[in-house]
Amino acid sequence: MANIISDETIEYVGILAKLELSDEEKEQAKTDMGRMLDYIDKLGELDTSQVEPMSHVFPVQNVFRKDVVTNGDEREQLLSNAPQEKDGMFVVPKTFD
Amino acid sequence: MNTIDMTATGLSAAIRAGKTTAVEATEAVLAKIAEEDKKYNCYVTIDREGALSQAKAVQKRIEAGEMTGPLAGVPMAVKDNICTEGLLTTCSSKILHNFVPTYTAEALKNLQKAGAVILGKTNMDEFAMGSTTETSAYGPTKNPRNTEHVPGGSSGGSAAAVAAGECFYAIGSDTGGSIRQPASYCGVVGMKPTYGTVSRYGLIAYGSSLDQIGPLTKDVADCAAVLEALASHDTKDSTSVAREDTDFTSALTEDVAGLRIGIPNDYLGEGLNDEVRAAVLAAAEVLEKKGALVERFDLSLVEYAIPAYYTIAAAEASSNLERFDGIKYGYRTQDYAGLHNMYKKSRSEGFGEEVKRRIMLGSFVLSSGYYDAYYLKALKVKALIKKAFDAAFAKYDVILGPVAPTTAPRLGESLTDPIQMYLGDIYTIAVNLAGLPGISVPCGEDSQGLPIGLQLIGDCFQEKKLLRAAYTYEQEGHRHE
Amino acid sequence: MSKQYETVIGLEVHVELATKTKIFCGCSTAFGAAPNTQTCPVCTGMPGSLPVLNKQVLEYAIAVGLATNCDITRYAKFDRKNYFYPDNPQNYQISQLYLPICRNGGVEIETAEGGKKTVGIHEIHMEEDAGKLIHDEWEDCSLVDYNRSGVPLIEIVSEPDMRSAEEVIAYLEKLRLVIQYLGASDCKLQEGSMRADVNLSVREAGAEAFGTRTEMKNLNSFKAITRAIAGETERQIDLLEAGESVVQETRRWDDTKGESYAMRSKEDAQDYRYFPDPDLVPIAVSEEMLAQIRERQPEFRTEKMKRYREEFAIPDYNIEIITGEKPLADFFEATVALGSQPKKVSNWLMGETLRLMKEREVDATDLCFSPENLAKLIALTDKKVINGSVAKEVFEVMFEKDVDPEQYVEEKGLKTVNDEGALKKTIEEVIAANPQSVEDYRNGKEKAIGFLVGQTMKLMKGKADPGTVNQILKELL
Repeated sequence: MANIISDETIEYVGILAKLELSDEEKEQAKTDMGRMLDYIDKLGELDTSQVEPMSHVFPVQNVFRKDVVTNGDEREQLLSNAPQEKDGMFVVPKTFD
Repeated sequence: MNTIDMTATGLSAAIRAGKTTAVEATEAVLAKIAEEDKKYNCYVTIDREGALSQAKAVQKRIEAGEMTGPLAGVPMAVKDNICTEGLLTTCSSKILHNFVPTYTAEALKNLQKAGAVILGKTNMDEFAMGSTTETSAYGPTKNPRNTEHVPGGSSGGSAAAVAAGECFYAIGSDTGGSIRQPASYCGVVGMKPTYGTVSRYGLIAYGSSLDQIGPLTKDVADCAAVLEALASHDTKDSTSVAREDTDFTSALTEDVAGLRIGIPNDYLGEGLNDEVRAAVLAAAEVLEKKGALVERFDLSLVEYAIPAYYTIAAAEASSNLERFDGIKYGYRTQDYAGLHNMYKKSRSEGFGEEVKRRIMLGSFVLSSGYYDAYYLKALKVKALIKKAFDAAFAKYDVILGPVAPTTAPRLGESLTDPIQMYLGDIYTIAVNLAGLPGISVPCGEDSQGLPIGLQLIGDCFQEKKLLRAAYTYEQEGHRHE
Repeated sequence: MSKQYETVIGLEVHVELATKTKIFCGCSTAFGAAPNTQTCPVCTGMPGSLPVLNKQVLEYAIAVGLATNCDITRYAKFDRKNYFYPDNPQNYQISQLYLPICRNGGVEIETAEGGKKTVGIHEIHMEEDAGKLIHDEWEDCSLVDYNRSGVPLIEIVSEPDMRSAEEVIAYLEKLRLVIQYLGASDCKLQEGSMRADVNLSVREAGAEAFGTRTEMKNLNSFKAITRAIAGETERQIDLLEAGESVVQETRRWDDTKGESYAMRSKEDAQDYRYFPDPDLVPIAVSEEMLAQIRERQPEFRTEKMKRYREEFAIPDYNIEIITGEKPLADFFEATVALGSQPKKVSNWLMGETLRLMKEREVDATDLCFSPENLAKLIALTDKKVINGSVAKEVFEVMFEKDVDPEQYVEEKGLKTVNDEGALKKTIEEVIAANPQSVEDYRNGKEKAIGFLVGQTMKLMKGKADPGTVNQILKELL
């Protein structure tokens, strides 16, 4: 396996992705990610130095909305799925000390 | 003919002719579900009462002459990643176990306007990540043709529901083959339209640049009718394309004379099961006999599609799935210490293994120092793949090949080796990267009696050519009975 | 301190655009609504929702770019900036990193020494604002309101071209004026429609290389910015003098304590994994679109000042103050257009208006009275229907609630009494009641007449013309 994924990398990606893996899962993730990256490294066989990256397949451009208010008060719907709400707002753990 | 065995368009015609009603059809199919779904687990949510009240309303409008389309009154099923107002939408994930959308996806609204009766939400691989419907948090779906086998995925519940007669048609989503492959495994018709043809508004995103909603049906005529109803230019979806040629049912003619069909040698090589190869080539012969010009050619770059796809799809998914954080909707962990711990625990407990695997990979390929080497590289390879298809479509109207290398694997065989599972997407994935339309049509069975699918791929916006070829093939004795 | 240090400052200025709706959905951006009542699936990150760009946002961004001498990117895109925080409902912010809409601009400012210098603008990009977090004192939790989520912002990133707090403020004033003149934002620091993050480093005077910089946030007044720059400069110099090094980090300024602290925690990797947003399509800015926006560019301050000097006979100082706030200039021009004499309009603005604005802490953008009513008020004094002090009284009411001065004067009976008989009678009473003052006047004390005028005005309840009173008094004495 050409790509060796370190504990630090798994830890770091866990912080980015907000995932907390058990030790067992971490070991599995190291193996899986290493194998996937080895596989993805296959793309390196292709010379793409003259190629523009393509995010959209079609040249669709300039899709705009007019600056007109179309939405009303949808608070009740918005909060209908909230795990916890108070005073018309979502409750989250304290974000500031 | 027994109501349950009718096609969608056949049933609608019968309803409109007064031979049966939307309510009777809905009752019949609900009875079928009640009887058989324990065996197959096609549905995550069955909306009995909702379906019956919709059926009554639709029936009234049909009788009043307000609803005259070819799908009016037909009960159908919706993949569980497509938002339905007031009806649970889980993506087959624990993290959305209690999520009830406040709006209906645009594509489904289009079907409702055409007289659809929504029966419920079908099982899928969690967040559409998988090829077997085994990554669902609500248990796997089983292939109605052989319950020891998977139905394919990720739209496995939709394909199985059509195959089992638990709905008259269904809709699914296809990011790397997720409509075509389960259609092939279950012996039904499935189509992924050109990117931008069907609105993605209300489809819970996996890989935004690849996702398209499409039909899973009993035959090609139904497929054309459903796609015609689904397609629209939606101003709420910036990637939606304004098309005028969405009268797909007009393509249902038995005529392939002069149609240029190319079979990529790359799609017949190593890894392809012999029985599948034989069935696909036999299908090509049928079309040739009907006047198509069939030829083999080298498509090239086929082996690069999977690594490019998994890089792009995982990257987009890692970002798309960030919103599931336990604050606004869905699962929130019970015990936590502070904000970041809540995020991590809610997400780690709420997402399944395959989803976490792809989120980790996607976060990594976008992270500082790796973006160019992985993500940007994949977007460049995507451009090359698109170019290869452009070259092919300069010579051919339609590309023909298998949908998947094998027929449906046995339950429990696929998840042990993710990369092996990803390799199964080799014939379907490039279509999504290039934004092309592709259709899967049944073309026989293997020695175990498992269905084999024929894939036809068209250039962008050439669905009609695919439908015409598929329809012509189907007329030659492979029709749904 | 043995060494001489130089402070190097660059700014990241966020400006909330004055659109009616949010950047990617049709929700209102109006201030002051109840929490979460201006939200929809798009701006709250509901599964399946998709963004569509508000064209006005693009047009404002391009207009600001043109006004600050930027190159307009002809093929621009939106990128996702990924980070988890509860005010950010998708946990990514739609912004621009790789192809921002404007680049390579700059504005000229005046330096403390009276010279001019250009502050470079590295780029201007469009992005969405976050929601608001309210900290619940009682229950040890925070509450999220998404009304501001998705409000359009432009972020103007300067080059590290500023060397002092004065230059920073001059630059901010310049931006504020340009943007205000465009009508793209009201640019209020206090209310957060303009926000500045300060990137600051110090280096030994004469050094080529930049020092390590910090980014300071939460600066919501010019005073706070000045204090924060002084505080951070000192902190960094102290570190260097002590042989330590400055850590590149984001710091939050606490203006009441007068100190900053690091915001970073181990859970913030500051690795935003930017990539092009697949839900939005590229923006191709055509020649035609640019021409249209250029066409609509307003007269900016310098041109306006020049024109005022040519057209109106008002002092330079007044021109500077009036054009220094777009709403004042608009008001001035509208009133003059109604036929009022420029000098008089200018005096009303420079005098009573500014006085009341300061006294009542009212911004020029929030002035409530109309040019029509000021023009009427001026006409009333011109025609001597009311006198100057009554006019001021009426103006104060107008300033409060935009009353029609004609109607108000009528209703309250404030018209100057022009009945000579009645006036004469009152003056005779005053003369009779104040023999001492009368005598003083007759003995040559000119000032004594002022007291008698005052007494008359008092008896007339202010409704007399002081000039006429003066004249009659002199005649009678």
